[in-house]
Amino acid sequence: MPKDSGIGASSKRREDVRFLTGNGNYTDDINLHGQAHAAFARSNVANGTIDSIDVSAAAEMPGVLAIFTGEDFVEVGGNPAGWYIESRDGTPMKEPKRPVLAHGKVRHVGDAYAAVIAETNAQARDAVEKIEAQITELPAVANTVAAVADGAGLVHDEIETNICFDWGWIEDNRAATDAAIKAAPHVTTLELVNNRLVPNALEPRASLADYNAGSDEYTLYTTSQNPHLTRLLVCAFVMGIPENKLTVIAPDVGGGFGSKIYHYGEEALVLAAAKKLCRPVKWTADRTESFLTDAHGRDHVTTIELATETDGTFIAFRTSTLANVGAYLSNFSTATPTYLHGTLMAGNYTVPHVYVNLKAVFTNTAPVDAYRGAGRPEATFSIERIVDKCAHELGIDPIALRRKNFVKPDQYPFTSAAGLEYDSGNYDGVMDVMEGMADMSGFAARRAESEARGMLRGLGVNSYIEACGLAPSNLAGALGARVGLYDSATVRVNATGNISVMVGVHSHGQGHETAFPQVVAEMLGIDENLIDLVHGDTSKIPFGMGTYGSRSIAVGGAAVVRATEKIINKAKKIAAHMMETSEADIDFKDGAFSVAGTDKSVAFGEVAFKAYVPHDFPHEELEPGLEETAFYDPANFTYPSGAYACEVEVDPETGKVSIERFCAADDFGNIINPMIVDGQVHGGLAQGIGQALLEHGVYDDNGQLLSGSFMDYAMPRADDLPFYAVDNSCYTPCTHNPLGVKGCGEAGAIGSPPTVVNAVIDALRSGGSNVTHIDMPMSPSRVWTAMNS
Amino acid sequence: MYEFDFVKPGTVADALSALSTEDAQALGGGQTLIPTLKQRLAAPLKLVSLSGIAELQGVTDNGDGSLGIGGATTHAAVAANAGAYPALADLAGHIGDPAVRNRGTIGGSLANNDPAACYPAAVLGSGATISTNNRDIAADDFFDGLFGTTLEEGEIITSVRFPVPQAASYQKFLQPASRFALVGVFVAKYADGVRVAVTGASEDGVFRWTEAEEALNKEFRTDALIDLNIAPQNMIADLHGTKEYRAHLVKVMTKRAIEAAS
Ligand SMILES: Cc1cc2nc3c(=O)[nH]c(=O)nc-3n(C[C@H](O)[C@H](O)[C@H](O)COP(=O)(O)OP(=O)(O)OC[C@H]3O[C@@H](n4cnc5c(N)ncnc54)[C@H](O)[C@@H]3O)c2cc1C
Repeated sequence: MPKDSGIGASSKRREDVRFLTGNGNYTDDINLHGQAHAAFARSNVANGTIDSIDVSAAAEMPGVLAIFTGEDFVEVGGNPAGWYIESRDGTPMKEPKRPVLAHGKVRHVGDAYAAVIAETNAQARDAVEKIEAQITELPAVANTVAAVADGAGLVHDEIETNICFDWGWIEDNRAATDAAIKAAPHVTTLELVNNRLVPNALEPRASLADYNAGSDEYTLYTTSQNPHLTRLLVCAFVMGIPENKLTVIAPDVGGGFGSKIYHYGEEALVLAAAKKLCRPVKWTADRTESFLTDAHGRDHVTTIELATETDGTFIAFRTSTLANVGAYLSNFSTATPTYLHGTLMAGNYTVPHVYVNLKAVFTNTAPVDAYRGAGRPEATFSIERIVDKCAHELGIDPIALRRKNFVKPDQYPFTSAAGLEYDSGNYDGVMDVMEGMADMSGFAARRAESEARGMLRGLGVNSYIEACGLAPSNLAGALGARVGLYDSATVRVNATGNISVMVGVHSHGQGHETAFPQVVAEMLGIDENLIDLVHGDTSKIPFGMGTYGSRSIAVGGAAVVRATEKIINKAKKIAAHMMETSEADIDFKDGAFSVAGTDKSVAFGEVAFKAYVPHDFPHEELEPGLEETAFYDPANFTYPSGAYACEVEVDPETGKVSIERFCAADDFGNIINPMIVDGQVHGGLAQGIGQALLEHGVYDDNGQLLSGSFMDYAMPRADDLPFYAVDNSCYTPCTHNPLGVKGCGEAGAIGSPPTVVNAVIDALRSGGSNVTHIDMPMSPSRVWTAMNS
Repeated sequence: MYEFDFVKPGTVADALSALSTEDAQALGGGQTLIPTLKQRLAAPLKLVSLSGIAELQGVTDNGDGSLGIGGATTHAAVAANAGAYPALADLAGHIGDPAVRNRGTIGGSLANNDPAACYPAAVLGSGATISTNNRDIAADDFFDGLFGTTLEEGEIITSVRFPVPQAASYQKFLQPASRFALVGVFVAKYADGVRVAVTGASEDGVFRWTEAEEALNKEFRTDALIDLNIAPQNMIADLHGTKEYRAHLVKVMTKRAIEAAS
């Protein structure tokens, strides 16, 4: 019998009621008395010097209240990178300042160099058009590869290079890896591009700042995945506001996918404007601004080599990658291509040698940062593409080749050649599940049927491992993180027995408001509907590092468990007092405290009430109240893994790919809400398939974003996607967090791109083509061109 | 959006007089014009909505083997009511999404002449006649390059007359993002000859593939195309397809249109 509440139940997503009935409360829905509006003047060239900005005509426009330029923010700090990376030669990464508004130079199309505050949004926009900026256009550094070529122009003159850092992982393993590859009997090589993606959250970024001159306090409502981090960055780095004077509220947020992790200049601008005018100031991006200024994702150019024995035993992976970081370092932009990518480059395999070289490259494009999967999709794509190519070269079945090199269940904990300690997994077991779901033996018949209709059919597989639950603070700190990566929770039991759970992670589509109460309900043996989740408000929550990297349940959920354990301990004390026995004699089960060996019992609700009506408490021994806080710092990453299969049909006349079947078997450890987990996988698969077939952020040589609207940036739509088969029945609980959970938010987007490409290559091969690789997105034109060249 | 006045006249005559003032512009379904306004790429002082003019609405059987479609008839109305010309109804039923079809109009689509739009292929492929408030324009004389037409300033498309062919089909290969035509081919077979019109492909906008027409006039079968090819030079190259790819697709979609029409 499936459970109907608590851990393991597919409780319906309670937040959906408000989302689906139009009762969500998004930043742009909030309107404060006296609110003014901000609009930005943005560069339409990718690279240029700002010679002068004349705002006099704009200032005369109706409704204009204030105008800001980069000059106004010279004294305040820059928006920093959150992770320090050292180059192979020991030199620090280059960190050019990222100002609130561009000053001296504009560095990408969309770079804001001035802002107008006016009574209405339309007036602000009208006035922006009257700002006269003399900007001398310079040649753009728009292409990652060209940016590192001799003679390339510079994005930041003062650092004298476009290379932010040149990182080796693990540098000490380089020589051994080189030697192993040199001596290997077989080496497969592949050059590939991990295509640039634009996140395109349905809700554009928006920020509304309020300032109270009486108390010198600010409130910032903003579209954020982690309001505490935004507060920290604004206060400690950019604006110098005392942290206790700024409340950051991230109300309902309509999708983030990474792009709303970061602090952006618009947030600082509305705060400064609110203070200057003593009025609330709002800005909401339009879709063009979203395309031009949200942090983009991926954008790697990689050469990968896989050295093997002739029997397919893996000897070494070696990669050389250029990672585009755009014009400025966004907050996680240095961590994503390094510690979330290079460390995963051993995959699910016992390969003894791994060496990763990665150069982060500045270009005159929008900043690039973590996007659903963040580094792990790039690692998985490189590995799983080359494993497929290698299988073909060696004439070994691609599944057999993977199995041959899998870490086996008795090898955990397993330290990979890329330096991570995998705590648990069962890659063969998950592969078994996938093979069953995918009906491998029926493929030949399905292919024959497709061919009878003139179509090519291909089958592609993959196996992936990823790292979630960012991160043990001590490890992260040793590797250069400038923040800790724990999370916190407060469980507040009210006198009438209902409960508020305050968490530092943020829900913007993930279903936390349903899943987290399931955990507490399970532990307390009470109805989950008595429990509400509170998130997204720094004034209500102790602290938090927010939601990204599939960390919410693994880290935030663990903090909730710890806080709830403290509640149970305190409640036991109260129950013991109520039943005049010692705490050691109290059993807690199914929401009731009982005295062992007697029929005495009090319900959880009675204890809660007593905690707040402590008429007879012994004051020295028992404190009133029932509220507990816990901080949880994980001991390790969690390591979800999976095996995917995709079947495609390719129309040989047009190159059009259609996905016919998609099976995903994942090991997410224990599962809190199976329905939500399936939904997370579905969404991740849609994004991964979108990357594989459709999505592409493309800049031309002048640094203009060619795919800057939905007319040219192809988002996946329902009819681009198949009905998925997903399964997570083969699971190995995480060994080091209290729930045994691993995280499921990104897996679909990590595992699916190589699966789709492998399937398309298989289809083309079946039609006699010798194509070995097609870069994503595999648009009809690209597939056709590959088939015909 | 900039500020503008809005009027919704009930007759063509009133619309014309409203349009005669400076920087006035006709508004059909607004599916192209409103996004343009929102992006501040146009600044008309007055929008003259054509949607309240009864004489511009609807599909009529002219009784002479042709259909008349009012200039402000929505794509959805054509899809529902042009059953006498199935290929045309089918084309209209696959423009954009339901919201676009419920607002967008044939007159707006033709006046806009987007190089990837569907209706221009139907009009040119059918040898239709475009009627305006002061003249009739043959399809062959109407389209004038990318986004260009021979309409005069302030001239309104009042109706379009489509001769109904013996057989026809429109085959659209979707541009993956916009789902306009990456290449769309309209083939129509009339007693006096076959017409083949191609949209989405050429840097010069919608065009007739006359070599294919000649070959199909001899035999209306896909085999007739075997030795024909479109030169890639004048094809559009963009993110979604190379010149060679588009040239190739023209042939593939023409073949598919012939198969579907046969
Ligand atoms: C999401 C989306 C998808 C779409 N997909 C497709 C597609 O697949 N295929 C396709 O062909 N089109 C597509 N379109 C375009 C759609 O068909 C529009 O409706 C059409 O291009 C414009 O028609 P409209 O009535 O909305 O004109 P408007 O936007 O109102 O006007 C467009 C222009 O025509 C002028 N105009 C309007 N009516 C007349 C008239 N009667 N006489 C003279 N001038 C006039 C206006 O002044 C303006 O210059 C799509 C649009 C959208 C938004």
